[in-house]
Amino acid sequence: METAQDTIQQTEAKAEASKTLFKGTGSQVLLNGLIEEGVTTIFGYPGGAIMPIYDTLYDYADKLEHILVRHEQGGIHAAQGFARTSGKVGVCFATSGPGATNLVTGLADAQIDSTPLVCITGQVFAHLLGTDAFQETDVINITTPVTKWNYQVTDAKEIPEVLAKAFYIAKSGRPGPVLIDITKNAQLQVEEFPDYIKCNHIRSYRPKPTVRVEYIEQAAALINAAKKPFVLFGQGVILGKAEAEFKAFIEKSGIPAAWTIMGDGAIPTSHPLNVGMLGMHGNYGPNVLTNECDVLIAIGMRFDDRVTGRLDKYAKQAKVIHFDIDPAEIDKNVKAEVGVWGDCKETLPLLTNLVNESKHEEWLAKFKDYNQQEIDQVITPELHPTSDEMTMGEVLRNINEICGGDAIIVTDVGQHQMVACRYAKFNNTRSNITSGGLGTMGFGLPAAIGAKYGAPDKTVIAIIGDGGFQMTPQELGTIMQFGAAVKILILNNRFLGMVRQWQQLFHDKRYSFVNITSPDFVALAKAYYIEADKVDERINLRKALETMINHEGSYLLEVMVGRENNVFPMVPQGMSVSEIRLK
Amino acid sequence: MSTENTIEHKIDKADLDGKQEYTITVYAENRIGLLNRIAIIFSKRKINIESLNSSASEIDGIHRFNIVITESYEVVRKLARQIEKQIEVLKVYFNTNDEIIWQELALYKVSTDEIAEKVTVERLLRQYGASAVVIRKDYTVFAVTGHREETDALVKALEPYELIEFVRSARVAIIKDSAGFHEKLKEFEAFEPGEELVENEFLDKGEKIFTM
Repeated sequence: METAQDTIQQTEAKAEASKTLFKGTGSQVLLNGLIEEGVTTIFGYPGGAIMPIYDTLYDYADKLEHILVRHEQGGIHAAQGFARTSGKVGVCFATSGPGATNLVTGLADAQIDSTPLVCITGQVFAHLLGTDAFQETDVINITTPVTKWNYQVTDAKEIPEVLAKAFYIAKSGRPGPVLIDITKNAQLQVEEFPDYIKCNHIRSYRPKPTVRVEYIEQAAALINAAKKPFVLFGQGVILGKAEAEFKAFIEKSGIPAAWTIMGDGAIPTSHPLNVGMLGMHGNYGPNVLTNECDVLIAIGMRFDDRVTGRLDKYAKQAKVIHFDIDPAEIDKNVKAEVGVWGDCKETLPLLTNLVNESKHEEWLAKFKDYNQQEIDQVITPELHPTSDEMTMGEVLRNINEICGGDAIIVTDVGQHQMVACRYAKFNNTRSNITSGGLGTMGFGLPAAIGAKYGAPDKTVIAIIGDGGFQMTPQELGTIMQFGAAVKILILNNRFLGMVRQWQQLFHDKRYSFVNITSPDFVALAKAYYIEADKVDERINLRKALETMINHEGSYLLEVMVGRENNVFPMVPQGMSVSEIRLK
Repeated sequence: MSTENTIEHKIDKADLDGKQEYTITVYAENRIGLLNRIAIIFSKRKINIESLNSSASEIDGIHRFNIVITESYEVVRKLARQIEKQIEVLKVYFNTNDEIIWQELALYKVSTDEIAEKVTVERLLRQYGASAVVIRKDYTVFAVTGHREETDALVKALEPYELIEFVRSARVAIIKDSAGFHEKLKEFEAFEPGEELVENEFLDKGEKIFTM
C-alpha cells in the first residue's frame, strides 16, 4: 500500500518532471484535463460565453466525442444516464445565462440521486461580472443548493487544479454533481501550465469516513442474534461497486433483501434472496414485513419518505443497523441502533466475516406467502390481463421474455416508472436507470441517450409515458443526428396517469388537468427520420416489441394501454408500510 | 468522525425535544460562496439564524463561523452534519450556552447634552459596564460587551434619554472545553486520517476547566 509519504514524493517527482510547461489557452488546458481524466464523451450545447472552449473542441474531435443535444436539460440528463450505466463521471457543457439555468433540474436530480457529474458552464468576461451583461446569470449561487461543489474560474491558471478537484469530488465518497463556471477571459487567456496532476486529497473533505470495527462487531452481534433479520439495499451498493460483496453477505447470512428503486439490479432479480421492491408501490411482503422483522439492516439507502411511509409507524419493533458512506444520512430519518459509517465495499466484507452462516427458512417463507397473495391479487391480473385493454405490466412481461433481463431499462416518471421498476427483470447491475429522488418527468429520453453511450453494447429501452415524453421530445433530434440506438417505448394511457390515480383515490375522481392529449408520436418520430410504430391491440404487441428490439438503430413504439389502470400495491401517503393496499 | 462523541455527551444533558439556544462553531476554508452554502442549509429548512459571525480562527487561513439558532438537539445535530458535509468545511461543533463563553458587542449613540444634564444616565452606564468610545459635543457613543440580556437591558434603560442609534454585533463564542484546532488540522492534512479519530475530545473534561 502507498503511504502518504510516497504519494507526496511521487507528486513532487511529477512536478519536477513537468518543467517543460505547456503553453496554451485556458480552453486547451481544460480539454487536456478532461482527456487526462479519461473523458471520452461530452454532452453539450454551445453559446456565446463558451465559444472559446467550443473553438478549441473543434481541434479535439478525434479525442473527445461531443454530442450536440437539443436543450441543455437534455444534455445534463444524458450525462446522468452516461454516468449511471458506465460508472464514470458524466460531463456536460453549457453556455452562460439560459444555458446554465437549463442545467438546474438535472443538477438537482443528480444531487439527490448521487450521480457523479462535472458540468462546465461558460460565463461572461470577468470584468463584466455583476453588470447584468448579456447572458449573465449568477450560476454559482443558483446552483449552490443542487451541487456537491461548485466554483467560478476567472483566471486560467486555476483551471487544472479546479478541474482535478471537480473530478475527485464528483466521483469520490457519496458522488454528486459539480459545476465549474469559467469566465470567457479565462478560456482565452494564454498561460504556461504544468502537467495535469489528478487530485486525491482535499484537506477539508473526507470522502470516506474511517471504518470503525467496533460498530461492525455490534452490527454482527445483532444480526447473529436475530430471528427475523431483513436487509434493505439502495444505490449505495451500486455506487460503491460492492455488488459482489453485498451478494456474499446476504448469501452467507441467508437474509432476505429488498431494494429501493435506486438499488434495483444490484443483485439479479431472480436471486432467491431478492424479495422485491420497497416503498409506496413496492411489493407486499417487503412492506408488511418491515414492521415484523426484528433487525433491519439498511445498506446504502437513505430512508426516503416514499420508502418508509409514515415514519412513526415504521419498523418500530426492529433494531435498525444503517450502513452509509454519508454520516449525515445516519439517524436523519430513522434512528439507528448501530450506525456503520463507511464505504460498503470495505464494511460489507468485514461484516460477512463476522456473521454466522444461516438460512432463515421460516422467515423467508413468510415473504413467499405474501408474494403469493400479491401474485394472485395484483401481479397475475397485471401481467396476464383478461380484459381487452392492454396493461403496462404485460408490456414489461413481454420485454422480459424477449430480452431475458439483459437490457438496460431507462424510465421516466409516473405510473410506467413504477410498473417498470416492479416488473422489469435485471440480470446485471447498472441496468435500471430512473429518476428516483427528484422524480423528474422528461428525464427518460435524454437519459436513455446517455445510457447508450455509457453502455454501447447493451440494448437500451427508454420506457416513457405520454406526459413525460412531451417534456423533452426535442432530444429525438439528438438521436437523429448522432444515431444513438435507443428503443423508445411510449406507454400511452392518454392521462397523466399517476396524478390521475391519486385524484381517483384521494380527490373523489376530480380529474383536474390530467387529461393530456398527444401528437401523433409515430409521425413525430418519422419527422426525425426515426422508425416508428404504434400498437393498440394485444395481438400485435409481441411482434411490435420484437421488431423494436431487433431493429438495428433507434426505434419508437407507442403502445396504447388502459386509460384508468392503477398501480398497486400502494402505501397511501401518510400511512404505514404495513397498511399497504392491494387494491 | 463528526459529532459522535459530542452527541453521547449531550444526550444525558439536554432535553431532546425542547428547543434551546445552540451555538454552532464551524471551522472552514476561507472561500467565496461558502457563507451562502452554509446559510442555505438553514433557510432550506426554514430555520432562522439569530446571529452569524464570520472571522479568523486561531489558525492562519482557516475561518471560523459562529451561528446561533434556537432549535432542538435533534435538529441541530442534523444541521451540523449537513454543514460538515460541505466540501470546504473542516469541522462543526455545536454547544449549548453553558458550554461556551460568549459575548456580543453593542454600541449606543446618545445625545451628549442629555447625559451631561441627567446624572441618572451616568449611573445607568456604570451599572451596565459601558465604556465611552467617542465623546463629541453633539453625541457620545458607548460600548457594552456582554450577553444579550445585558445589552438589551441598556437599550431599555436608555430609551427615555434619546437613544439616537443602536447596533449589536453577532455572537462570538469560545468553546470552554476545546483545545483549539491546531492538532485536529494535522489529521486533515494527512493523506490517510488516523484510525482512532476522536472528536471534541475535551468535552468530557468539563470539570477540569476553570470557568468564572
